[in-house]
Amino acid sequence: MDYNWDFATIIQNWRVFWTGLQGTLLMFSVTVALGMSGGFIVGVMRYLKSPLIAWPARAFVEFFRNVPVLVQIVWFYYAFPILTGIETSPFLAAVLGISLNTMAFSAEIYRAGIQSIDAGQWEAGKAIGMSFQQTLRRIIMPVALKRVLPALTNRGIEVFKMSTLASVVAYVETLNQAKLIADLNYNPIESYTAVALIFFVVLFPVVQATYALERVLKRGDR
Amino acid sequence: MEWDFTAAFSNIDLLLLGLLNTLKVTGLALCLGIPLGLVLALTRLTHLRPLSLLAAFIIEFFRTTPPLVQLFWFFFAFPILFDINMTAFTAAIVTFSIQSSAFFAEIFRSGIQSIDHGQWEGAKAIGMTRQQSLKRVILPQAVKRMIPAFMERSIELLKTTTLVSTIAYTDLMYQANDLAQKTFRPLEVYSVVALIYFMLIFSVSQLSILIERRLARSGEGTVH
Amino acid sequence: MIELVRTENLHKRFGELEVLKGIDLSVSEGETVVLLGSSGSGKSTLLRCINFMETPSSGRVFIRGEAVGTERAGKLTYNQADLCQLRTKVGMVFQHFNLFPHMTVLQNVMEGQLTVLKRSRKEAGEKSLAQLDRVGLADKAGEYPSRLSGGQKQRVAIARALAMDPRVMLFDEVTSALDPELVGEVLKTMRQLALEGMTMICVTHELGFAYHVANRVLFLNDGAIHEEGNPQQVLRNPQTQRMREFLEGHSLFKLPD
Repeated sequence: MDYNWDFATIIQNWRVFWTGLQGTLLMFSVTVALGMSGGFIVGVMRYLKSPLIAWPARAFVEFFRNVPVLVQIVWFYYAFPILTGIETSPFLAAVLGISLNTMAFSAEIYRAGIQSIDAGQWEAGKAIGMSFQQTLRRIIMPVALKRVLPALTNRGIEVFKMSTLASVVAYVETLNQAKLIADLNYNPIESYTAVALIFFVVLFPVVQATYALERVLKRGDR
Repeated sequence: MEWDFTAAFSNIDLLLLGLLNTLKVTGLALCLGIPLGLVLALTRLTHLRPLSLLAAFIIEFFRTTPPLVQLFWFFFAFPILFDINMTAFTAAIVTFSIQSSAFFAEIFRSGIQSIDHGQWEGAKAIGMTRQQSLKRVILPQAVKRMIPAFMERSIELLKTTTLVSTIAYTDLMYQANDLAQKTFRPLEVYSVVALIYFMLIFSVSQLSILIERRLARSGEGTVH
Repeated sequence: MIELVRTENLHKRFGELEVLKGIDLSVSEGETVVLLGSSGSGKSTLLRCINFMETPSSGRVFIRGEAVGTERAGKLTYNQADLCQLRTKVGMVFQHFNLFPHMTVLQNVMEGQLTVLKRSRKEAGEKSLAQLDRVGLADKAGEYPSRLSGGQKQRVAIARALAMDPRVMLFDEVTSALDPELVGEVLKTMRQLALEGMTMICVTHELGFAYHVANRVLFLNDGAIHEEGNPQQVLRNPQTQRMREFLEGHSLFKLPD
């Protein structure tokens, strides 16, 4: 391995990477916000007893969880416009694909969180005259949300990594920019190593924080 | 607009060929990734600090970097760096084996750690070495608890293999792109392919739920 | 009388905490020694240092006159293989049984014979059945541990240790996790072992067992042997204030008339 590493080109092109990273961050923020708030609604629907609400929610979850995100993104980019006549930009196609997938996954996380709460809590709420919504909001959710925090953070990390898939439909994000630099300068080694390092540097502290969070919650809970 | 599935259905053999390749990549990456994951987990659990840290670094690195970046790295950068030839297939196998091994390592680790310390003591007290205890007492119990997490990870891997289409390996996703372009029927082709993926992955995940339930009934705990 | 176990000036520290402060203990063949003491007195740690479940911080352990570990440049080192060998000669039974749940009763008892002693399947099987018979559980050979009561589990654990043909047996609070009505069957098995001449060192709170079965009782306090002697003398007529307090604190303690 007598390859001469040359990171100078990468550093010269930092603006290109920076544009990419901004694209990644935008994609991540939008998809994580849509996915996790939408997922909350679907998760609660999934928990409800009424089959008219629970079943569509279940179908939604199963479908978007079990179809690969890349297939969804490509479908929204190439197939969706034909079906609806609405043009989808790379950004919109990727947002739709990743958000729906994240909704499905986080719905299951919320549902598991609600289910993990002891039935006695529901009864206690009922016993002091609280309605279903009141019990859910004031008694169940505060504890459930705390419990699902590590799982949600893990999902968030996955969503961040997933944003690279948007490069497939030529959305401008970090990997897309790395590819651009690699093709222009013939330096795939440095470009792709750089993008891997960028992701590692951003996510490693988050992962460590998640571990710490899990430990704290384990100590405080139960 | 009119649905017309003729293009998709008359070329179903191409899609099935792609599906076969998808399964090939998934299967091979599993076969390599699981043992590699066990090795990583055991290295992570040794008392030799430098070795354990190295394993931890490898695990964290491959868990925190996007698989698509890894795939590009192994396909575009790795061959130049080591001056070897790398087909899309090899790059995919290498990437997904290592990537999934990092996740499998964490499953192995939490599985092993979930076993009560008394089991180690019981084995130690009858004169078993650490290796013997691990092989005969700890792993047989741990693996059973890990099955659901294993299945979940395998499903994730199956979905991740769609990425190989970006380096032109003829998996199901690649065949779909190809067919959509050639036939000008992206709506039908991509919808059919989405459905194929759904049916495949949905059945595997239903199977895993079934297994998890059976394990729960036999009084076995599970780890994630 | 052959001396089977001897410890010399045994110390054990966990960080800052010194749990054993120089224990000299000698156990002869066929003896049953009971270690008494309140929690934190170091009795379990002493037991666990004898078969090296814990490595002593300093001091020496001799099994049948042979020193464990090798001295190099003034420092004791212990070879993993030697310790495994040692543990086959010094059997141990735990408070929480530690049976292997994925193996049947018979497989549990055979396991060490197969993997450690490298006995043939046939020999190990026969030996296991004999030991299970000895603890009165030969009819449970095919069951999984989860189907047994606590008392039965503990007897299987005893059989598992016996199957290794140990010279000494260590019992670490083996009845503490059992429902009261199951304690008797385990104590009965232990008494029978003692009568058959097995050398035993037992950490227990069962004063009745100590009184009737032990040849010698050691009272540990704060990491040292505080009082020792034959059970009739020590339990009926304690010499030290600390020992008297310990015995009074034991509500279970009822002397036979």
